[in-house]
Amino acid sequence: MSTITEKPRLKTSAMIASIAAEGQRTKSAPFGYALVELAQTRPDIVGMTADLSKYTDLHIFAQAFPDRFYEMGMAEQLLMGAAAGMAHEGVVPFATTYAVFGTRRAYDFIHQTIAEDNLDVKIICALPGLTTGYGPSHQAAEDLALMRAMPRMTVIDPCDALEIEQAVPAIAAHKGPVYMRLLRGNVPLVLDEYNYQFEVGKAKLLRDGNDALVISTGLMTMRALEAADLLRKDSVDVGVLHVPTLKPLDVPTILQEVGRSGRLVAVAENHTEIGGLGEAVATALLCNGVAPPFKQIALPDAFLAAGALPTLHDRYGISAKAMAETIKGWLG
Amino acid sequence: MRAGDGDQEDHVNTSVTADRIQLAERAYRVRRNSVLMGEVQGQGYVAQALDIADVLAVAYFHAMIYRPDDPEWEGRDRFLLSNGHYAIALYGALIEAGIISADEIETYGSDDSRLPMSGMASYTPGMEMSGGSLGQGLPIAVGRCLGLKRKGSKSFVYTLFSDGELDEGSMWEAMLSASHWKLDNLIAIVDVNNQQADGPSSQVLAFEPLADKLKAFGWFTQRIDGNDLDTVIAAFDAARHHPEPQPRMIICDTRMGCGVPFLEAREKNHFIRVDPHEWQLALAALDEGRNA
Ligand SMILES: Cc1ncc(C[n+]2csc(CCOP(=O)(O)OP(=O)(O)O)c2C)c(N)n1
Ligand SMILES: [Mg+2]
Repeated sequence: MSTITEKPRLKTSAMIASIAAEGQRTKSAPFGYALVELAQTRPDIVGMTADLSKYTDLHIFAQAFPDRFYEMGMAEQLLMGAAAGMAHEGVVPFATTYAVFGTRRAYDFIHQTIAEDNLDVKIICALPGLTTGYGPSHQAAEDLALMRAMPRMTVIDPCDALEIEQAVPAIAAHKGPVYMRLLRGNVPLVLDEYNYQFEVGKAKLLRDGNDALVISTGLMTMRALEAADLLRKDSVDVGVLHVPTLKPLDVPTILQEVGRSGRLVAVAENHTEIGGLGEAVATALLCNGVAPPFKQIALPDAFLAAGALPTLHDRYGISAKAMAETIKGWLG
Repeated sequence: MRAGDGDQEDHVNTSVTADRIQLAERAYRVRRNSVLMGEVQGQGYVAQALDIADVLAVAYFHAMIYRPDDPEWEGRDRFLLSNGHYAIALYGALIEAGIISADEIETYGSDDSRLPMSGMASYTPGMEMSGGSLGQGLPIAVGRCLGLKRKGSKSFVYTLFSDGELDEGSMWEAMLSASHWKLDNLIAIVDVNNQQADGPSSQVLAFEPLADKLKAFGWFTQRIDGNDLDTVIAAFDAARHHPEPQPRMIICDTRMGCGVPFLEAREKNHFIRVDPHEWQLALAALDEGRNA
């Protein structure tokens, strides 16, 4: 089998894959370091995980504050129930796992023990949407839909390392339960070039454009910015409105930007086309009597394939290149 | 392998020693297949594959009834891989059993391969469940056993899971249920390699004394050295022939990296990276063990 090494390197469906493009600036473990910094002045904060501290960057916190770190074992329902119990006693838990297990496995526990009692639990979940090629068991294509549907839940999908750093103190200051998607490991750094400041519940226009407006969340905002650069070369002028908070949705800002008539509106998210930002924006627009040409860039309503992440992002149309081509096609 | 017509209930051996030597060779080949797959990706759950190869060799080439050319044959024993990341080990056994072609080794974990890193029923012949979300194998096994009983089938359901899965409440629900329903057609195997994602399983969430717990739950429970072939063979035989109407559990204490001394000695890790030149060394170490 020595021939294997001579063949071109195969593309991997490994669980952990980087979303950083070649040569992109990154920051290591932004969530872990931001939580450590915040915890210096917030003695009420603890970290909890379900056997995934190393894979959610919470190990950084565990090393800095070993007596404020709770390893609950691979038991996601217990994690959420115990976080609720802690919160009842005045502690503010940051509970981490993968998005699939935090939402799909532990949903009822979050719903009943955390959200119904409006508890101050911050649920931080790695591998959101399609950020692993490992297959449907680890691809959280529907986590935003699930969490949006839950009363009282604040739902956040940060774009990059800077936004994660800014979001950590912001969600800690916010009263009530929060679900935040997490990019971990070496996380791309993009928004520092846009004089950006995260605020819970606020959408921000990052770039203006006359031909189309992309309304995006999470890592799709960095993809949208790249796609806009690609399209600029073809003289297509694309604006990008970043919506990191899916719930509560910043309807006034969205209406204001969409209200500028004539532009195609394309909502882009690293999530199934069902129940995420696309449907949230569509509902807000229609309920306010606004009906622009409207398109969705999202994952299909399907069990996604296993494979290398770049392959899958191209296949499902959420790479910058695929996105640029799609938008160009729509503009005719 | 007892890939017969399903009628012969007892496995008949010309000699116990011959069977053991043959199984040692099977285990070697399962390990070798797994290491070759690990080499394709340069990383992976290879240490787990090495620790569980002896158990898989006994399951697939001593205990189970199946037809390699017809993996969905109704009369087969079912094998449910709950810990989907152990697929690299199970593929090794399925290749050795002739259910998958060895030609597919070089596609392991690649785009459009039938051998994804996480075991999925829809991708691979002989894979009976999709297991990446841990803690689901035993619940499915309970239903399989109930379903087989409804059909009057004599097939066994085997399910392999990992010590990390002991953390999941769903597994304990299923343990209660299997005992409640007196599932004597269920043989569960837990790999106690004392490792999970964040560290040693016994430190992540204490689960000992495990055998006492399972006995208290009503299971026919054996605890064995999962890397000692004779013991593994005896445990599978005892599980199959146990006369009482209760589910059977084989707790296997195993050594990660077993068969490749330098991997065994390495700091234990859930997911290992192996340097390119080390794969040849790993294969050489397996050969050495084979000839010893
Ligand atoms: C329900 C669920 N929670 C978390 C994970 C993430 N995860 C993958 S493997 C693993 C460790 C499980 O323990 P074990 O199988 O004993 O690990 P190993 O022996 O292979 O190191 C974890 C937590 C998962 N796959 N499923
Ligand atoms: Mg283990």
